[in-house]
Amino acid sequence: MPREGWGSNLHTETRMWLDPANPQLNKNGELHHLLSLEGLPAGVLRQILDTAESFVGVTQREVKKVPLLRGKAVFNLFFEASTRTRTTFEIAAKRLSADVINLAINVSSQSKGETVLDTVANLAAMQADMFIVRHAASGAPYLIAKHVAPDIHVINAGDGRHSHPTQGLLDMYTIRHYKGDFTKLRVAIVGDILHSRVARSQIHALTTLGCPEIRVIGPKTLLPADVGRLGVQVYGDMREGLKDVDVVMMLRLQNERMNGALLPSAQEFYKYYGLTEDKLALAKADAIVLHPGPMNRGVEIDSSVADGKQSVILPQVTFGIAVRMAVMSILAGN
Amino acid sequence: MKIHIKSGRLIDPKHGVDTQRDVFIAAGKVVAIGDAPAGFSANRVIDATGKVVCPGLVDLAVRLREPGFEYLATLETEMKAAIAGGVTSLACPPDTDPPLDEPGLVEMLKFSAKNLNQAHLYPVGALTTGLKGKNLTEMAELRDAGCVAFSQADAPFADSQVLLHALQYAATFGFPVWLRAQDPALSRHGVAHEGEVATRLGLPAIPVIAETVALSTILLVARQTGARIHIARLSSAEGVAMVREAKSRGIAVTCDIGIHHAHLSEMDIGYFDPNCNLTPPLRSQRDRDALRAGLSDGTIDALCSDHTPVDEDAKQLPFSEAESGATGVELLLPLALKWATESKLPLAAAIAHITAKPAAILGIDAGHLGVGATADACIFDPAADWRVEPSALHSLGKNTPFSGYELRGRVSHTLVSGNLVFERK
Amino acid sequence: MPVNPLPDAESLLASLTDRMRPAVGPATGLVGIYTGGVWLAERLHAALGLKLPLGTLDVSFYRDDFSRKGLRRNVKSSDIPFDIDGCDVIIVDDVLYTGRTIRAAMNELFDYGRPERIRLAALVDRGGRELPIAADFVGAEVVIAEGGSIELHRDAAGRLGLELTHGNAHVA
Repeated sequence: MPREGWGSNLHTETRMWLDPANPQLNKNGELHHLLSLEGLPAGVLRQILDTAESFVGVTQREVKKVPLLRGKAVFNLFFEASTRTRTTFEIAAKRLSADVINLAINVSSQSKGETVLDTVANLAAMQADMFIVRHAASGAPYLIAKHVAPDIHVINAGDGRHSHPTQGLLDMYTIRHYKGDFTKLRVAIVGDILHSRVARSQIHALTTLGCPEIRVIGPKTLLPADVGRLGVQVYGDMREGLKDVDVVMMLRLQNERMNGALLPSAQEFYKYYGLTEDKLALAKADAIVLHPGPMNRGVEIDSSVADGKQSVILPQVTFGIAVRMAVMSILAGN
Repeated sequence: MKIHIKSGRLIDPKHGVDTQRDVFIAAGKVVAIGDAPAGFSANRVIDATGKVVCPGLVDLAVRLREPGFEYLATLETEMKAAIAGGVTSLACPPDTDPPLDEPGLVEMLKFSAKNLNQAHLYPVGALTTGLKGKNLTEMAELRDAGCVAFSQADAPFADSQVLLHALQYAATFGFPVWLRAQDPALSRHGVAHEGEVATRLGLPAIPVIAETVALSTILLVARQTGARIHIARLSSAEGVAMVREAKSRGIAVTCDIGIHHAHLSEMDIGYFDPNCNLTPPLRSQRDRDALRAGLSDGTIDALCSDHTPVDEDAKQLPFSEAESGATGVELLLPLALKWATESKLPLAAAIAHITAKPAAILGIDAGHLGVGATADACIFDPAADWRVEPSALHSLGKNTPFSGYELRGRVSHTLVSGNLVFERK
Repeated sequence: MPVNPLPDAESLLASLTDRMRPAVGPATGLVGIYTGGVWLAERLHAALGLKLPLGTLDVSFYRDDFSRKGLRRNVKSSDIPFDIDGCDVIIVDDVLYTGRTIRAAMNELFDYGRPERIRLAALVDRGGRELPIAADFVGAEVVIAEGGSIELHRDAAGRLGLELTHGNAHVA
């Protein structure tokens, strides 16, 4: 059935300029959208990390702004609320001199996600150059990317359990900053892997960048089926899993999962899967600790670890801005 | 109306016929095969040179979307789609709005279909009122109104006791019961097979045990009650093995699979293609291979289209929010032929799974072309290659994962009760 | 026609150094533009014995051709390790041509602070200006054919050399 009001801004024909095998790359293998870290060549990941490094310098200056995206309109399209993530994208876009328009879309007031494409069509008519999309359903940014005009870029700011590529990239930036070479690292990812878009992004990026040993640690109720097929080793016992690792990446445990059929209680989770000083002592002495935030202190991580000398959680936030600046400027230039 | 179908290759699996034979039709029946009866003078001669003449297809699941979902599709459009696909008899599941749980609704549907004078319609009645899984429907009344079997469609039972009682009651009258094997709790919120793809894409998953746990319950209750059970839309390798084992123990069970599941797997979801959001979910390659093997060895009795027209508004959504189902009644024949070709089986094997075998499950006299049979026939060009263009489908549902595929085998004529109801120009 | 009509980079650098020597003092800050300008600035910094540490600029984030050419790969980090406010800055680049790179470099410098003065040193001035920019110190003026380009190279031993990618050149 033809939809009324769908202007010429929606393109449903085959995306000739995009690579069908990987719809986020154009025919030259350059990044056109950033939807997932899966399937991105190592060269593209390194290009983003290298560019981010230059932006870290900018964020330490007197004037933290460059004129790269002057005149471009960046739309923060958040179908799921997240002030933190939205703010980091907003800061990044503003430091690139882009105009930022924030839109919080109240999904509950609309019948399902039906309006995703309607919303996008309307915004495209407002001469948007870039959409930053957060959505509760896995794959929503792909749907949007498939329907926008060829000169519009889409950045996934987190979709369901699927992907959160800029978080994955800032984690990679942080690891590279402190540890250098990925090919000698043993990395552990701890907690609710099943529902985590962050974990999936981290796993894909670490694999692509040549990390030889990735461990996932959690109870079986929080591990997805066939997770081993992603190239990771599975540990149920955190003490065993943390042994001799270089990097510990903690995940946030959502409140609604703390008590119920997946976990008996936050207390028991903390006892077996919370990162405490004694558990961290099993990792290498110079191991670093990451967390995507916001932290549940006393649930997945102890305060003394979160604020301890091995924690790199605050630098992660700073790097996050630079990484997002890098992604936006690379996309806008391709 | 007297019709002479000339020089075609007649394939009639029920009678073991696969050879060039002319077919002569008069007064809605097949009156002769091979040589014309004395004094036969045709009103119409159909030249079937190079084509296959086979019984009209029998499809066990075609959603016509009436009553209740006329914005998605109508009886008229979907009946048109059916005959364009060579389907002359079709069963429609009771998941309409309201569900087919009252004789009046069934009679009205039968009446509307009869007026269209196209494919024969066989409604499957609701097993419980409103498909709510709690109270039994008036099955005997529904049977008298025209229901050939009873089903819950994709709706769950409130509990296993309702299942037990439903099967006991149906068994009293010998009514067949068609059930989908899917445990509602184990599949809750799920939209994709629990496996590598759902893990990678972060899609809420439906494990194989959602099927096998339900299947085991159904088979045990069926054995206990002696009810005639048909398992609709099996999806897993383990499910096939369980049905095979049940058949070998003499339990009265038949089963079908949807045509999409004979060809596609979870891998075809690609980057969240909502047209691959199906019920049951597309499972692993290994499961798909087991389904194909089950078709070959007879464990799986029938292939059906599981035709589910969904409009663009309901499909152009993030994968997990998109409505499940695919349009398929026009693709049943070429996809069945594709399975046979890829499995190195004769065309007759494919045709049996979409004619005589489903007719036997429905308990109707159809799906064969012996002398005296109702002249429901499908004529197709087995060598015609064509590209699936959703916009060119007759169905209002353009939702197919086979969009853009090249398929071989295309219906040219469809006859229902001796009338030429479809002819491709 | 000589094999390499371009002047020797090392001797140009020597004369550039001589010209700059009387013009620098303790408050002079040298800033090289990636990549060739940084090589030159390193050599000048050492030869002139400057007190303030060397600054480097990668002007990629300030270029006016971003919307046409996109972001270059291997963007380097700009680094100005001294206080720009009130500083006497000399920007160093290898080849001065349209002036657009220098425009970008000045814009970037101002995001670090307000310099007292900015001057420009270039190894080669090949003309063709599209902006009102002139160098204060030049090694040589070179005329090359339209469409040609001059690049500075540095070999393993650290020796600098000029190369013409295509077109002909003569020293003015």
